[in-house]
Amino acid sequence: MIQFDAVHKRFPNGTTAVHDLTLEMPEGGVTVLVGSSGCGKTTTLRMINRMVEPTSGTVRVAGRDVTRQDAAELRRSIGYVIQQAGLFPHRTVLDNIATVPLLLGQGRKRARARAAELLETVGLAPDAAKRYPHQLSGGQQQRVGVARALAADPPVLLMDEPFGAVDPVVRTQLQDELLRLQKELSKTIVFVTHDIDEAVRLGDQIAVFRTGGHLVQCAPPAELLARPADDFVADFLGAERGLKLLSLTSLAEIPQTPAETLRADEAVPPAGTGARWRLVTTAAGAPLGWLDADARHHDGPAGDAPLLPVRALRDTDSLLSALNESIASPGGLVARVTADGAVTGVTSRELIHDHAGAAHVAAGPAPAVTAPAVTGPAERAA
Amino acid sequence: MTIDWSWLGDHTDDLTTLTLSHLQAALTAVLLGLVISLPLAVVAHRIRPLRGLLLGLSNVLFTIPSIAVFVLLLPVSGLTRTTTVIGLTIYTLVVLLRNTVEGLDSVPARTKEAAKAMGTRPLRTLLTVELPLALPVIMAGVRIATVMSISLVSVATYIGDGGLGQLFTDGFQRNFPTPVIVGVVLTILLAVVADALLVALQYALTPWRRRRA
Repeated sequence: MIQFDAVHKRFPNGTTAVHDLTLEMPEGGVTVLVGSSGCGKTTTLRMINRMVEPTSGTVRVAGRDVTRQDAAELRRSIGYVIQQAGLFPHRTVLDNIATVPLLLGQGRKRARARAAELLETVGLAPDAAKRYPHQLSGGQQQRVGVARALAADPPVLLMDEPFGAVDPVVRTQLQDELLRLQKELSKTIVFVTHDIDEAVRLGDQIAVFRTGGHLVQCAPPAELLARPADDFVADFLGAERGLKLLSLTSLAEIPQTPAETLRADEAVPPAGTGARWRLVTTAAGAPLGWLDADARHHDGPAGDAPLLPVRALRDTDSLLSALNESIASPGGLVARVTADGAVTGVTSRELIHDHAGAAHVAAGPAPAVTAPAVTGPAERAA
Repeated sequence: MTIDWSWLGDHTDDLTTLTLSHLQAALTAVLLGLVISLPLAVVAHRIRPLRGLLLGLSNVLFTIPSIAVFVLLLPVSGLTRTTTVIGLTIYTLVVLLRNTVEGLDSVPARTKEAAKAMGTRPLRTLLTVELPLALPVIMAGVRIATVMSISLVSVATYIGDGGLGQLFTDGFQRNFPTPVIVGVVLTILLAVVADALLVALQYALTPWRRRRA
């Protein structure tokens, strides 16, 4: 666990980067620090491994005041991933990853063996080991950055906008990988970003900062989206925060009804003998498309008829994807499939809308009545 | 101006000795220059106010005419190889100091930051991150200093040293062009070969800068 207790950071030029911050980052969870640039989120992160020293207050990692530890040793015990990876251009990928184990005095052979293991963990091919950073793509470099941070198996991982410099597709992949890794490793992660979507995807809790280094609200993503503490947070979350909330709810609990399906090799039934929209599937039950049974412009097997596209959803997909599909689907029905892609049933547009509404109600308690922010004497004097 | 080939044949041993002596003076000066400028460059790089002072000082030393340097050194070290080497070393400083400082400046802040954040202490960062990354710029300085020293050794003929430079005075005094031409050719050859070897050395030391690994 990482604890900030009444932490202030004022830089020599007089700007206050962090103002009276008291915050707990729970063990094994992802805490995302968000806010516009200059809000103190990166300074906050950097106070954890003493890249920045607090002006007053204490920062504790696992109960120990960081300023009472040797800075270099503290840093070796905390993984650090930086924007654009910050790899050493003159070292091979393998030696980059082995950096901290080598600093800790492990032998070169052991450090490299560990580094080779980590290549696989972060999804890089073994032949990347001997390459130099500039020979890799941005996404690959970022993976090496993560591997390097994990090399000494530190309990805490600091990530400063690690995926800020890669394109959106790669960013989504890297976020997925991080979530997968986190499931296995349960590190205490502090993650800085200015991308609210990234924060909602990755965070167990999200801390929103306002310019001047003020922490405005710290809450789990669903609660934050449903109950922003003030207009600043609401603005920061954006106009679609209602939809973002739906991205946090999975489809698993929403009931489904049996689907009217046709195998591709079956004949199209006469009009008016069942539901208008039939889901055509392969022999194995994978959905192929929607058939308009009323159109009757076809007499052969269903698989040869003109079909409208279907995007079937798994239980792990979000309510947001379901809402999206319910609009795109011709009959307002969302096809549901197993993890293997076989059709299990359908869910109606109405049911999805009902659940979407309920998600907002369920997201969090009503906001506590809070007193207006008290202005400190120091601030009043200034 | 024709070359007396028989003179050349009779003096191969002398020529070898002079060439080696020439090379030794130049290389010793460059090595000494490196040993002096590395720590000074680190100081100039880390402590901003000292940078102007140190670089300015090396510039001033560079503007002293080379013959004057040797003459000024005579009371200290006399008509010896030491005088030659000290004189040459002073001239290498301006290039080596400036390039080493610029090399250290060229190391990306992000990389130094990463080293620090991984828990690397300052001395280790200097030796294993900053100097290797500064190497291409430092090596550019070493190449200039080497070629410059090789050409400057001849000036030390005035104090009785000067390697291949002795061929110039010899030919001049006897109005006999062959030694002069041979001396010039050997000096150029020496400079070209030394430069090529330094390029090869840099290639070997910086595997990450090759197109393909």
